[in-house]
Amino acid sequence: MSGKSFLDQLKKEFSGKITGENLTALDPWIEVSPDGLVEVCEFLKNDPAAQFDLLNCISGVDYLEPDPKKAAKTGWEPHTEVVYHLSSTVKKHTLVLKVILPRWKDDVPGQLPEVPTVSHVWRTADWHEREVYDLSGVHFIGHPDLRRILCCEDWVGHPLRKDYEMPLEYHGIRGR
Amino acid sequence: MPLQLDDPRVVEFDVRTDEMLVNMGPQHPSTHGVLRLVLRTDGEIVSEVEPHIGYLHRCAEKIGENLTPRQWIPYTDRMDYLAAMNMNLGWSLVVEKLLHYELPEKARHLRVIISEMGRIASHLVGMGAYGLDLGTFSPFLYAFREREKILDLFEEACGARLTYSYLTPGGATADLPGGWLQKCAAFLDQFEPMIEEYHALLTSNSIFIKRCAGIGVMPADMAISYGCTGPVLRGSGVDHDLRRDGEERVTEMYEGYAFEIIVQKNGHYPKDHNYPAIPPEAVLGDCWHRFYVRMLEIVQSIDIVRQGFEFYSQAKDSWGEPIKLTTKLPKGEAYLETEAPRGQMGFYIVSDGGSIPWRVRARSSSFCNLSVTHALCKNVLLADVPAIVGSLDIVMGEIDR
Repeated sequence: MSGKSFLDQLKKEFSGKITGENLTALDPWIEVSPDGLVEVCEFLKNDPAAQFDLLNCISGVDYLEPDPKKAAKTGWEPHTEVVYHLSSTVKKHTLVLKVILPRWKDDVPGQLPEVPTVSHVWRTADWHEREVYDLSGVHFIGHPDLRRILCCEDWVGHPLRKDYEMPLEYHGIRGR
Repeated sequence: MPLQLDDPRVVEFDVRTDEMLVNMGPQHPSTHGVLRLVLRTDGEIVSEVEPHIGYLHRCAEKIGENLTPRQWIPYTDRMDYLAAMNMNLGWSLVVEKLLHYELPEKARHLRVIISEMGRIASHLVGMGAYGLDLGTFSPFLYAFREREKILDLFEEACGARLTYSYLTPGGATADLPGGWLQKCAAFLDQFEPMIEEYHALLTSNSIFIKRCAGIGVMPADMAISYGCTGPVLRGSGVDHDLRRDGEERVTEMYEGYAFEIIVQKNGHYPKDHNYPAIPPEAVLGDCWHRFYVRMLEIVQSIDIVRQGFEFYSQAKDSWGEPIKLTTKLPKGEAYLETEAPRGQMGFYIVSDGGSIPWRVRARSSSFCNLSVTHALCKNVLLADVPAIVGSLDIVMGEIDR
């Protein structure tokens, strides 16, 4: 089953929740709205033709060009993407889901964007969502234990956001 | 595996003590690096294990946003430093995927030979270190005796013994030196009979079997749900190996090679007749099976490398040329997973059209494999915790990146 047929089926089942697609990309992806994410993931995992039982990776990508001169040429509005790479150990196929979020919730700087957790669908998501929260600053609603995982508990900021500023010192250790 | 009250291993169920939190690590010989496990114990029984990671976090992904793909190769070395060749390979393939780069035939076979030798070296450490975890020192020395010779071969090919940076986007940094294939073939001929020694020391050793058969049983659905891959997944009986089932870029590398995926079918592993039979105590998905899959993968890799010799010497074209440092990456993104010794190692690259990627991401196999410890170490004996964590064969450099 190809990306196209998944897309048709998903559009039929969840009209309005599928907000975009790119089937000509190297890895064809389907864009899902945050409120439809859990339903779509449950469907993709349990549907006998899809059977996406393995969640390979969750990545957070921050789209922001801090340099105002370059920002005009980028061709995108600042936003954050959460990318889900799925595959199936039975059917041996892969699929990419994307959720596009504003960089800050309600455009209030400091308010992390929110997306529902899928850690009850795939257990892998538990640690991956913690990592995305830690490094890319996305809040996963309903996650059982959303703590930092790679950085220390008292770390400030989310290092993989493009507007992150390196701390000058941490507990007396010089930063740069 | 939950313990029952009438289990003969348990003498402590009727002796209740206070619950105690024990820190195992970050500096502990059997945590394979700087891993901290917080154990909730009641006497000898561990009711809960909470892994804490991040002690080796070196911001590899952040650094990748400031370097060109070729400059980032040395950082991939330092992820899984026991199988650095396979890390180089994973990153090279994903950059080539983004560039739509066609690899010359000779470079393809060179990569197969090198990455399978890397798998042998990595599994040797996995085996030796697992022996250490369970309290036997000799297998470790036996394993390092052979691994040393593989490192010598790698040193001859690229000049480094641990962090190779040998396979790069575009091919490799150099061709194999003259006479390398003969030396490698001679090593394999000498190495293959020694595998029996390892089986005598560990696999069929009754103490070893008692320590790991039936311990840490992971059913297939649990392994998949936690995203476990590689020998950990195949040890649970799931027939999945990216060298056969992966994306085209990975499978076409192994085109023409004959190999069987090491997974138990009808109570047998492929080509296991030369090696010890599965002990009656072992349950599919336990520590013993995960260990045995690794041992058989060593034999499988020897076979693949030998096939690679033929293909490599027949190939007439070049070993590929590294891409230029300033090569512009096309706008877009690519994700690719390869079958590294510890599981599926994935790299994700997003480009905005410049020569420096917009975002790089490494999906680590050990990261997912470790996340399952919380579920596996429920109500086990304290001594089983190193046995279970060791059987997952994790490398902290890859988990923390």
